[in-house]
Amino acid sequence: MLELEALSAGHGDFRLTADWTLAPGRIAAVLGPSGGGKSTLLDVVAGFLAPEAGRVLWQGRDLTPLAPGARPVAMLFQDNNLFPHLTAAENVALALTPKRRLTPEQRERVEAALDRVGLSGFGARRPAQLSGGQQGRVALARALLQRKPLLLLDEPFSALGPAQRGEMLDLVAELARAEGATVLMVTHAPEDARRVADAVVLVAEGRAAAPAPTEALFANPPPALRAYLG
Amino acid sequence: MGMPALLSRLAGALVALAVLLPLAAVFWRAGGASALGPADWAAVRFSLTQASLSALLSVALAVPAARALARRQFPGRSLLVTLLGAPFILPVVVAVFGLLAVFGQNGIASRALVLLGFEPLSIYGLHGVVLAHVFFNLPLATRLILQGWLAIPAERFRLAATLGLPPGAVFRLLEVPMLLRAAPGALVVIFVICLSSFAVALTLGGGPRATTVELAIYQAFRFEFDLGRAALLSVVQLLLAAGAAALAARLALPPAMGAGLDRVTPRWDAARAALRAQDAAWLTLVAAFLLVPLAMIVARGVPGLFEMPAQVWRAAGYSLAVALGSTVLTVALALPLASRGGEVLAVSAIAVSPLVLGTGLFLILRPVASPGDVALPVTAAVNALMALPFALRVIRPELEAVRSDYGRLCLSLGLTGRWFWTRVALPRLRRPLGFAAGLTAALSAGDLGVIALFADPERATLPLQMYRLMGAYRMEAAAGAALLLLAMSLALFWAFDRGGRVART
Repeated sequence: MLELEALSAGHGDFRLTADWTLAPGRIAAVLGPSGGGKSTLLDVVAGFLAPEAGRVLWQGRDLTPLAPGARPVAMLFQDNNLFPHLTAAENVALALTPKRRLTPEQRERVEAALDRVGLSGFGARRPAQLSGGQQGRVALARALLQRKPLLLLDEPFSALGPAQRGEMLDLVAELARAEGATVLMVTHAPEDARRVADAVVLVAEGRAAAPAPTEALFANPPPALRAYLG
Repeated sequence: MGMPALLSRLAGALVALAVLLPLAAVFWRAGGASALGPADWAAVRFSLTQASLSALLSVALAVPAARALARRQFPGRSLLVTLLGAPFILPVVVAVFGLLAVFGQNGIASRALVLLGFEPLSIYGLHGVVLAHVFFNLPLATRLILQGWLAIPAERFRLAATLGLPPGAVFRLLEVPMLLRAAPGALVVIFVICLSSFAVALTLGGGPRATTVELAIYQAFRFEFDLGRAALLSVVQLLLAAGAAALAARLALPPAMGAGLDRVTPRWDAARAALRAQDAAWLTLVAAFLLVPLAMIVARGVPGLFEMPAQVWRAAGYSLAVALGSTVLTVALALPLASRGGEVLAVSAIAVSPLVLGTGLFLILRPVASPGDVALPVTAAVNALMALPFALRVIRPELEAVRSDYGRLCLSLGLTGRWFWTRVALPRLRRPLGFAAGLTAALSAGDLGVIALFADPERATLPLQMYRLMGAYRMEAAAGAALLLLAMSLALFWAFDRGGRVART
């Protein structure tokens, strides 16, 4: 269970507060207007931003003092998810080890991860030789291989067209459910949320509301969501 | 995630000590010296005069050249812009040799004048020093002012075209305000560079009427062996540099390595034939001024290659070693110092001129080692220090880009410490590192500065050996050495720069 306990964080004049829990294995869309604090929420969970008050807990364990790499968190960023000087396989392998040389077992696992995102045989290519969608798949393969129970997506597919974005989200949902991962995915598209999310965290005006079941929320939108949907 | 803080502090302390200890030695020794004599004051006046004239002339000549480059597209334009960057890695003595071959007593310009019944030119003295400084700094000024021109939004020129403004009005409304912003920075940069001119003054100046303070330090060393006076002159040079730095700090200085000079702003006001002819004439003149001396180095140098005594080859070997030593040192210092603080430190370190540093190091090392024995390591170290700010100017923005683009990804993958450097930073920095190493190697190979203080007859670098050949009027051999040095500097730059560009397979 992901637990945000009386959390308050921000920079400058901006503050974001949150106080809720998310059950393990759920996929929650983080929805709201830009500047509302969606990325701030992810930054605090990932450990890039220290909260001013409150704690972040996973399965009862306080994550607040941990460095980003030590948290049970894998993250896909908006851009720069892959190192351009490394091949797809080398990028994926960073999930297992920072070393250049891999054991045969590690190499197999990298191959298998690429296979699961539909990129078998693409391991030797550099990011520049891959399409945007394929780059997203490589990043996803690496996130899977990290075997972290929490997956954070900060709009990594926003540069893709609607059809491809939907495809990628389906893949994320499929893989996350198979792994039992808990997902927080930032989006500003309500249709993304309806497509894959069990719950929606509405973030607006410095407050991240507790996750609400997607269908129920859209069936009867609260004022903040209605204002956002227009 | 950064380079372990300890390493950064160590590198910073090393640079600070390398500057402060010699300075302390200079101040300590200067304390016992007598007051400045009339010759010393003449050196101060000459330093200021030649630097002012060089800056004014370089910028004045650069304005029409930059304007022509800003508004004309022609075949060879990008080659010309590249050529404008070349003097940066051209060894000073080599350029002086090329200028002598054109403007000297026996140069091609003098011979033409003699054929026409005029007196041959005399290049020695103030005008020769200024000529050489303009040769080096006209290209720099042109690049700096070209940046100013290209920074004028193209929409303004379109607006001027729709209003039907004549060229004079466009100049007054758009170009003069830009020049008033860009020219002072260029003037100060060139003034500062010329203020601590040594090699040009050594080769083309000299005597009571054309000695810079840097040259006076050398003369106090070599001819009088008056260390107290050398130290006192070092303090004077330091005060001049500090004054110039204070002047520079009041102005927004232009960036040293401008990129993106390959654009041309479409201009509707400059289409007239007379203006086209004017631009073509200016660019031809500037290109000839830069290219003819270079061509003369090659033309005179090729036969000279067979006249070179064995010392020249030995000197070339020493120069190669000095260049590689400086490059390793500069890169090793630049990586941990690639931060704002590091850049400030490195820039303040070169405010202390090489001859001042050399004087201080001489004072420190003389009791423990023979100057000739330490000549090459000291030269390599001082050259590394002098190249450091340029290396940082190239490397730091790229490292910051790597941090801002991939910093969070590295943190989330646990790529920190040495893993960040070996797997991410160094591979991403190949190109700037190669470029910075190339600049350092070329600058160091071509430098004629501190080596002149330390060298004995046995050990000379190639620039010094070439200067000695010129002093002995062995012009064929000097011409060969000039060509060898030119080839070596360019080859070093090319090899490192290329090494950074080649993709890892």
